[in-house]
Amino acid sequence: MSGELVKLLSDLKEPEALAFVEKALGGGVDPVDLLGETKEGMNIVGQRFASQEYFIPDLVFSGEILKGINKMLEPHLKKREEAGRLGKVIMGTVAGDIHDIGKDLVVFMLDVNGYEVMDLGVDVPAQKFVDTIKDTGSTVVGLSGFLTLAYDSMKQTIEAMNDAGLRDKAKVMIGGGQITEEIRKYTGADAYGKDAMEAVKLAKGWI
Amino acid sequence: MEKKWEEMSSDEKQEAQLQKWLSPKDPEGNDLQFQSPQAEKAFKERATRLKDAIQMKKRPDRVPVFTIYGFFPALYAGFTPQEVMYDYDKCNIAWKKYVLDFAPDGHIGPWVPGPGKLFDILDYKLYKWPGHGVSPEYGYQCNEGEYMKADEYDAFIDDPSNFYSNIYLPRIFGALEHFTTPHIADVLEMYGAGLNFIPYGVPPVQAAYKALLEAGNEALKYIGVVGACNNELAAAGFPTFWDGPAKAPFDMIGDTLRGTKGIMVDMYRQPDKLLKAMEVMTPLVVKNAVAGAKVGGVPIVAVVMHKGADGFLSDEQYKKFYWPTFRRVLMGLIAEGIVPFCFAEGGYNSRLEIIRDLPKGKVIWWLDRTDMAKAKEVLGDVACIGGNLPPGLLAVGTPQQVKDYTKKLIDTCAKGGGYILGNGTVMEQAKPENLHAMIDTAKEYGVYK
Ligand code: B12
Repeated sequence: MSGELVKLLSDLKEPEALAFVEKALGGGVDPVDLLGETKEGMNIVGQRFASQEYFIPDLVFSGEILKGINKMLEPHLKKREEAGRLGKVIMGTVAGDIHDIGKDLVVFMLDVNGYEVMDLGVDVPAQKFVDTIKDTGSTVVGLSGFLTLAYDSMKQTIEAMNDAGLRDKAKVMIGGGQITEEIRKYTGADAYGKDAMEAVKLAKGWI
Repeated sequence: MEKKWEEMSSDEKQEAQLQKWLSPKDPEGNDLQFQSPQAEKAFKERATRLKDAIQMKKRPDRVPVFTIYGFFPALYAGFTPQEVMYDYDKCNIAWKKYVLDFAPDGHIGPWVPGPGKLFDILDYKLYKWPGHGVSPEYGYQCNEGEYMKADEYDAFIDDPSNFYSNIYLPRIFGALEHFTTPHIADVLEMYGAGLNFIPYGVPPVQAAYKALLEAGNEALKYIGVVGACNNELAAAGFPTFWDGPAKAPFDMIGDTLRGTKGIMVDMYRQPDKLLKAMEVMTPLVVKNAVAGAKVGGVPIVAVVMHKGADGFLSDEQYKKFYWPTFRRVLMGLIAEGIVPFCFAEGGYNSRLEIIRDLPKGKVIWWLDRTDMAKAKEVLGDVACIGGNLPPGLLAVGTPQQVKDYTKKLIDTCAKGGGYILGNGTVMEQAKPENLHAMIDTAKEYGVYK
């Protein structure tokens, strides 16, 4: 029966996946194994998104199914041991911008690819990025933005890193609807990624 | 003899609507007094150019140029977004200055900022705005959320207007928390009729109505100042090219009712209810936009499209959830002679074949990050297209780069007419010299020979 949850989750079969977990838990299956299967399932969802078999609704819905499964698993797990994470990435939508759909997709893809992501949310002030780099020692920062005003917010965020003496300690990638290579130059970022798969590639190269 | 409206074809209706637009009236309903004969001539030339591009019956004299913008006019005039939201004179000044200085062929009217004080009075929850959750120099921001809950589709479908007045409004406006309206089922006879009015004696409900009255007063103050903008610009020779608005039912539910996440989960958990709700909404959207166009005298209705873009939905999902009711909205508008100005935000590459399916010369497709060569190829024989000049180029590029891009766009899209040159996204930040480069290049390089 191993692998069944992987398939149900990655095929987005919500009622079936939840029923399966309930039955498995009742039948004494180790919840840690089930947790492992959900990770694998979400990884497949990510791959299908990357190959354009899945789109945003499918990703959003897979997240909802996962939430339901985790709720059932949690009481059975001692504590969530975050083993084997590849590294830490800080992500956020820059000051003045509240678009989060693109950023959330990047967070999702980094997460299913094994990175620990610190999601600072939207409309994030430059100082908060700086503080988080200091607090966590993270070496990769992703800035998301969809508005033209985000160009300046990104620039200011990178300048703030400079002023805090952190610029050579962390790599910065930027992305979001209207971001281009010209904007990367304008902001002084290290790289621009056109989609969430690029973000993963960039992180891989840097960590 | 003039034909009755009901007997006209949609072609005839469109022609009649656009002819009316070409001969604007003042607020009293008399023929508008232009500033000068030159202004009148310029108005007719600009409007005719746009009309020819839409209808595709005739090639215009040159490529028309049109821009879409958010708070750019405020920043350009040296005001913050907060100032133009709270000082209506400043809004009027800035939005006029923009059009007079850059002289595009049409403009979108001064409605972006909106009356800040009115939003204060009503305690608007759906947005943050400058000075109210956002700093004075930024534009307003939407607080996305589930303002309609997952289990409320039935209430919505049963009676959308009641849902709007008695459930939705109290949620999105703090001051209307206890708002309630009389209900159709209350229409009885004299016997018992008085009892229906008890709620309006209760202090919280009365407070809601007081807020509504105050908001009404503020709205009049606002329109008294800002409402003059379009007429003054018309008198100076510049037609308004955007009114409405209408939206795709999928976006109406996905943007400000269920939210992005809400609607996407509904596509899986309760697809039939979602489809039904969009269906119920469709005729209401059409009616509302038709009425709006009548009031403003501008038969071009803005339809800003969000969540059907490339990547947002698969083609299958688009065909099932987005396009059917959206197409019916468009056809409903077309049937009344109205021209939907469909602003397809993001990329629309994978949808071009689908949206081709509309009668010729009836809509404008304003494109953002769509491949324009492909758009011309697929849509070029049925619909007017425009847009695409990237915001990054206007914000950080050089005039020469803008000029080159503009020429490239004209080379790609202008052939045979059915094309309007313009920027691809709502413009906030831009260098004025870049904007001039875009508009002036269109005027010089875009002449049809
Ligand atoms: C959805 C949307 C909204 C929603 C936001 C909902 C939300 N929770 O995010 C709502 C309706 C609230 C909204 C509001 C506004 N919006 Co809006 N919005 C959009 C829209 C339609 C889609 C953006 C989106 O989410 N795309 C989905 C993602 C998945 O697309 P994507 O770019 O392919 O994402 C990938 C990459 O960008 C990349 N990526 C993203 N981040 C990062 C980061 C890194 C590090 C890397 C490597 C990669 C990366 O990975 C993603 C996944 O593959 C766009 C138009 C468009 N289609 O792009 C306008 C758009 C971004 N909005 C715009 C505007 C103007 C606004 C408003 C100001 C409008 C207004 N006046 O009310 C407000 C204010 C918002 C604010 N202050 O922040 C303009 C911006 C133009 C400009 N000049 O700045 C746009 C471009 C529309 C337009 N064409 O004019 N909006």
